[in-house]
Amino acid sequence: MEKKRNAGFETWLMHIFLGGSALVVLYPIFMMVMSGFKTNAEIFGTPFALPKSLNFDNYAVIWNTTDVPRYLLNSTIVTAISVAVLLITGTMAAYAISRYKFRGSIMVSLFFLAGLMLPLRLAIIPLFVQLKAMGLVDNLLGLIFIYTAMSLPSTVFILTGFLRALPSELEDSARVDGASELRIMVQIMVPLITPAMVIAGIYNAVPIWNDFFFPLIFIQTPENKTLAQGLTSFFGEYSVNFGVLYAGLTLAALPVVAVFIIQSKRFIAGMTAGAIK
Amino acid sequence: MDDADYARAKRRRARNLKLWLAFLLAPPAAILIVFVFLPMASAVLYSLYEWDGLVRKEFIGLENFADILLNPNKNTLLFNAFWNNVKVFFSLMIVQNGIALVLALLLARNPRGYRFYQVVFFVPVILSTVIIGFQWKMFLNPVFGLVNKALHYVGLSDWALPWLGLPETALPSMLLVNSWHWFGFPTLVFLAAIHRIPKDFIEAARLDGASEWRIAREIIWPLMAPAVTIIVVLTFIGSFNWFEIPYIMNGLEGSPQGSTDMLGLLFYRTAFGSVSAGGSDFGSGSALAVLMFIFIFVFSIIATKYLTSREVEMS
Repeated sequence: MEKKRNAGFETWLMHIFLGGSALVVLYPIFMMVMSGFKTNAEIFGTPFALPKSLNFDNYAVIWNTTDVPRYLLNSTIVTAISVAVLLITGTMAAYAISRYKFRGSIMVSLFFLAGLMLPLRLAIIPLFVQLKAMGLVDNLLGLIFIYTAMSLPSTVFILTGFLRALPSELEDSARVDGASELRIMVQIMVPLITPAMVIAGIYNAVPIWNDFFFPLIFIQTPENKTLAQGLTSFFGEYSVNFGVLYAGLTLAALPVVAVFIIQSKRFIAGMTAGAIK
Repeated sequence: MDDADYARAKRRRARNLKLWLAFLLAPPAAILIVFVFLPMASAVLYSLYEWDGLVRKEFIGLENFADILLNPNKNTLLFNAFWNNVKVFFSLMIVQNGIALVLALLLARNPRGYRFYQVVFFVPVILSTVIIGFQWKMFLNPVFGLVNKALHYVGLSDWALPWLGLPETALPSMLLVNSWHWFGFPTLVFLAAIHRIPKDFIEAARLDGASEWRIAREIIWPLMAPAVTIIVVLTFIGSFNWFEIPYIMNGLEGSPQGSTDMLGLLFYRTAFGSVSAGGSDFGSGSALAVLMFIFIFVFSIIATKYLTSREVEMS
């Protein structure tokens, strides 16, 4: 009897702690979204009240008078191309490493894995000099190259694991039938690892989309700024208009959160892929 | 005749296979060499030269290193920033990862709303640090911020401080923001580790009448050691590369009074110039980067070795 009541109390405590934590996460986000519908007067006068109406004026200001739509477009371009190039080149490397026996294959795989240990931001100075010489400063292409390079090691690491696990019977029978190596790779093997490619894609797409450091150093003109970086100039311009700022933050958060809600399982699996064996 | 044909065909196949492998490996290897390995190697080289803006002058050996470590005008900044990074690491270990561990242990008991909590806790993780930094900077605004407004409402006006403006509260505020941002990550990594522990272990202990606390401490904790190793090392690397939150919330100078200055900010100021550091100095900047890299690398290896040895011992 005593024990039962104790267990009930424990369960109760657990729900308070979990529920409280969820509230600590959700309430600030809720306040940010709500404040985006408010005027400055409402934000300062009745900060915790719901907005008087679903007023999209702040969003209209952002859409019509700021560069935020441009930033959104740039971030989309940079992330999409980086992830595409990354998955193609990453699959090529992982495929060569995992499906063929050749001299030096261990060296090659160590070469790709060594990249996992190198924090590229500490090499930002030479990278800057180098990109300047290549004409890639203030150029989205420069960011795309950096992100692809930075993400290749983890992609090769994740995909090699999956490719190694595929049985070789599939390949062998296709080879006996006279299929070319390219055909075997593209039509037989790669379709089997698409789930792993999704995981590797998400693992790298989220940090690329959210990155602020490399654009901060490499991008100067407003037309080329990405979303995370552009928000800082947006905050400089509208520093006194809290309603517009909250709306801007909400707008910036929306794409990632929307995709996350739809694909939460894959996101969680993808983003923790590096830390879970 | 047949043998010769066969040998020729075999040679051709081998040559084709080599070409095929080169085709597969060359593009990714080229990208990695040009944009990761070359810059990393150059950073070491750059640190040994004197620089005038973007122009490399003469070879000066380890003078840049001596300058940042021994010049009293510079090394006070360095040691202050380093000490702040140390504080960041230990605070995040206790607050962020501590909360994560408790939440993971609770979620492992499969409570009602399990999926919901998993998703909710992960929302801040996927958001850009820039969004979160600005959001909380606005919430912490001394006059208009929601935090102080809330304190007024509940009658704690005396507690309403300019959180980011005081040397005593600026860094703790940022650490709480960082914990809010990231706690979902260690939570789910710990949770995945707990799920891999065979259910019988825990069930058997429970049948024997062991308390939940004892089960957590004596069964779950030692068996989830590999996940702890990974989180400790990732927290270490993250803490010593900490840049975005302090930069967004209080700017490049680590204000107020250097209380939020970090190695990352100092590196940026040294390399690219600032009001306080003056013009950009690629030599000292590279030297600082090399020192940070060596420090992070060596300690990560030592920590991994030490923590991994504990794993073996315990299991």
